[in-house]
Amino acid sequence: MKKGIFKYPKILRISIVFCLVISLISLTFLIGCSRSENSVIVAGSTSVQPFAEVLAEEYMILHPGVNIDVQGGGSAAGILATQSGTCNIGMSSRNLAGTETKLWSVEIARDGLAIVVNPKNSISSLTIDQVRDIYSGKTGNWSLLGGKKTAIDVVTREDGSGTRSSFESLVMGKTEINARAMVQDSNGAVRQLVADDPAAIGFISLGLVDKTVKAVDLNGIIPTRENVTNGIYNLSRPFLFLSLHEPTGVAKDFIDFTLSDKGRQILDDQGLVTMAVNP
Amino acid sequence: MKKFGERIPQSLFFIIALSALSVLALITIFIFIEGVPLISKVGFFNFIFGMKWAPSLGQYGIFPMIVGTVAVTLGAIILGVPVALCCSIFLAEFAPKKISNLVRPAIQLLAGIPSVVYGFWGLIFIVPIIRNYLGGPGLSILAGSIILAIMILPTVISISEVSLLALPPLLKEGAFALGATHWQTIRTVLVPAARSGILASIILGIGRAVGETMAVIMVLGNAVALPHSILDPARTLTTNIGIEMGYASGEHQQALFATGIVLLVIIMILNGAAQYAVRRK
Repeated sequence: MKKGIFKYPKILRISIVFCLVISLISLTFLIGCSRSENSVIVAGSTSVQPFAEVLAEEYMILHPGVNIDVQGGGSAAGILATQSGTCNIGMSSRNLAGTETKLWSVEIARDGLAIVVNPKNSISSLTIDQVRDIYSGKTGNWSLLGGKKTAIDVVTREDGSGTRSSFESLVMGKTEINARAMVQDSNGAVRQLVADDPAAIGFISLGLVDKTVKAVDLNGIIPTRENVTNGIYNLSRPFLFLSLHEPTGVAKDFIDFTLSDKGRQILDDQGLVTMAVNP
Repeated sequence: MKKFGERIPQSLFFIIALSALSVLALITIFIFIEGVPLISKVGFFNFIFGMKWAPSLGQYGIFPMIVGTVAVTLGAIILGVPVALCCSIFLAEFAPKKISNLVRPAIQLLAGIPSVVYGFWGLIFIVPIIRNYLGGPGLSILAGSIILAIMILPTVISISEVSLLALPPLLKEGAFALGATHWQTIRTVLVPAARSGILASIILGIGRAVGETMAVIMVLGNAVALPHSILDPARTLTTNIGIEMGYASGEHQQALFATGIVLLVIIMILNGAAQYAVRRK
């Protein structure tokens, strides 16, 4: 005579055990999720995210037992999360506007915005007005700018991206980006497309420019880190850390680490431009 | 004791089966709760027939994406369905057992390739070919249609093959007895008799094409404008959600859910049509 659970067919026994295991696992996760005081959540701009991750790794090596959780979501989401208190530190890759300025913020670095074309493109210098006309759809052919007679394949970022909103405020002003422009959802995808398509133009973070694409001079100024630092190349945007109030505890310590010589060195090594905060 | 032992698994399975259904209900309700306020705010007609999509400016018109979805799907059907039908007729009627035993699993394997792999392959292989030989930026409706045509093959082939194989052997024997050749039998008897199943397979193929996201994001260019030719980039309803969800918040996020409602309704209509096609004899 079989007793208890063994009186059921095998498949049912398996499912019962399976359910038990699942509930056990979820219970463990629930326990694991309870926050400790030594844990900081950093969330926001996907442009800042990779740099914050490197900083967090270094910081956690120096401070064992502290956990810094870096999440993406975008600048807008980062600002919202900071305002609502769901994250300790927010990340933004654009300047704050309106009521957002009430938040506590610090600029951890600047990032240049490079206008990139295919290396095969004969054009290596544009003015900001020319870039604006290309993106508004006014200039549709490279021959109008002295290049080959091919239609310009305009590549932009998706609505809501911090890189796009920086580009819009720095270059486009009140003019809108042409709806026929191709949309890619990351710096990497834009770079890949421009690298493959001889007639393409796009904009990406200066730190991500490599040999596969050519960053054009803007108004005669070469996009280099030096020119971003001294302010001559003015297509640049701030990388901000945000907090609802003046940060305290581990969050303050992490921000101090970011602004320290070591933190700045890490950001410099990653291709960003850091300012001397305490000269 | 026996009855009790019978009843427990019965009710247990019923509850588990119910949970699958309730997940569907939960998702549907959630999408509607999130999306409907935006549609009513913007206005149904402005939302469906609006030409301009600029969430940062508060403009939500998805008409170019509906056109994009229809164009890409239509292209996939035109390219994919004839191939799939020939393949299913071959498998059901002509292929020797050895060959069909080889081809059938191969086609099922086609269904198992992750869509991101299709997209990546399209981006590296098909897009440059279109750019170099046909012009335009390469990322285009044509590229999306080619990828989707391949992706719907397994669905259309296996369902129409099954509906051909399910025909009573009497039909074929009768046609042969009347002196029809094999090809005549297929053309005038078997395919017409299986047409409801074949139609259902095409409709399910359309559903697959409409719902595909990842592969299409990579090869379609995602521009929100009415395309002028099949070499122009376009955006579909699914890619609109896929490409913008990362940064969307507030109204923008609601607009993406509203896009999801439109998609859900389209898929419901398609699945309903497929059910209807199968049941009608």
